[in-house]
Amino acid sequence: MMVRVAAALRDRVVSLLALLALWWLAARIAGTPRLLPPPEQVLAFLWHGLLAGDVARNMGVTLLRVAAAFLLSMAVGSAIGYVTGRHRRADALADPWIVVALNLPALVVILLAYVWIGLNELAAITAVAIVKVPTVIVTVREGARALDPGLEELALAYRLPPLRRLRRVTLPQLAPYLAAAGRSGLAITWKIVLIVELLGRPDGVGFALNLLFQDFDVAGIIAYGLGFAALMLLVEATLLQPWERRANAWRRGA
Amino acid sequence: MPGDAALEVAIAAKLYGARPVLRDVRFRAGAGEVLALLGASGTGKSTTLRIAMGLDTEFEGHVHRPPGRLGVVFQEPRLLPWLSTADNLRLVADGAPVSDLLAEVGLAGAEAVMPRALSLGMARRAALARALAVRPTVLVLDEPFASLDAQRTAALATLVARQARAQGITVLLATHDLAPALAVADRILVLAGHPATLQADIPRTEYPDAAALRGELLARFPFLESVAEEPA
Repeated sequence: MMVRVAAALRDRVVSLLALLALWWLAARIAGTPRLLPPPEQVLAFLWHGLLAGDVARNMGVTLLRVAAAFLLSMAVGSAIGYVTGRHRRADALADPWIVVALNLPALVVILLAYVWIGLNELAAITAVAIVKVPTVIVTVREGARALDPGLEELALAYRLPPLRRLRRVTLPQLAPYLAAAGRSGLAITWKIVLIVELLGRPDGVGFALNLLFQDFDVAGIIAYGLGFAALMLLVEATLLQPWERRANAWRRGA
Repeated sequence: MPGDAALEVAIAAKLYGARPVLRDVRFRAGAGEVLALLGASGTGKSTTLRIAMGLDTEFEGHVHRPPGRLGVVFQEPRLLPWLSTADNLRLVADGAPVSDLLAEVGLAGAEAVMPRALSLGMARRAALARALAVRPTVLVLDEPFASLDAQRTAALATLVARQARAQGITVLLATHDLAPALAVADRILVLAGHPATLQADIPRTEYPDAAALRGELLARFPFLESVAEEPA
């Protein structure tokens, strides 16, 4: 088991190093560091930016927006998803809205939010949440439909208090769906936050990317892009995945 | 008028869609009384129990349950797979003497075992322990002995009867098996027909022994013999 894990890890590291080597080689062959900077130039940008504090500040601001939009869309989406999954009437009423919302271009939502609410934080976070909520609804609705009616009946027969019923009976069944919604949610949320920032915020990674784009600073654009992607991977690996493993532990161990 | 401590079930009619499945099923049971509900499969035993439990409210008639908690054993054990056996008991009854209850149903030491590691028979016994953990005033059992061997069935049936008498629990037991019904029931109810009606409500005390009651039941309801031989 340990040997297999170690081998898989080694393969991943080798693959990543190969990508870096390929990048380095391509930059060497192209010979135009302004258009395709080599990895060391990107790393140098990141390093100097971190020392100067602006990279960390912009990433911090973006991270806060991602967290706020993520939590908001998970809370609203899970609640609506649960209700539509449990009540056919609510589902019939909400479904056309969900279909429209799912197919609304994110860009349109962002522009309208800025026009209607103003160029402020509330508009930014609301726009991201509106884009994200429908996919959370669809995933959690699936989970609510799959709830075991036998266990619901058991909870009813034993008159379990609502909070205990939610925590002990309902949430453990919904956990895999919430985890799936969370994982895909995080991946989509941060990418939309960057667009929101690019279009109408005075700070954050998206704002910084806009400035760098105006200077055609490719090294900076890649540095911010890869740097924030790495940060998001770290959040997923240290927060989301351990939570998911804990929620599903009973499926593996006896 | 139903006494406060009695369970009263009065089903004038129960329909599934337009199809009547139960008609005039009425019975009462006092505290500590054990009622066995017999009938061929598909006659509406489970429906009668669901109505008695309050899980099915779409019927004509009324149900009166004495105050206090309800203990239930469904046909399937319905243990929560993400909770240990002990936590499954604690879920419905904080502070219940979990270890003692498990020991009583023959599951001593199984506190930390997860439900999926239990055999079906063991899971049924855990479900019975859970039902007893709430110290119920009414205990509803839907085929609780299916897939248990005769010896285990007799032991658990005796346990149910003993608890019922000691704690004044009203027990409603649906079973296809005549043996535990004859061994523990104070009264035997037989459901039959389409729609099903209550065709017998026989006090155990009217017969000198179980064999005599068995003979009478089989004479009046020959289908009970084949019901009794059906595999679980």
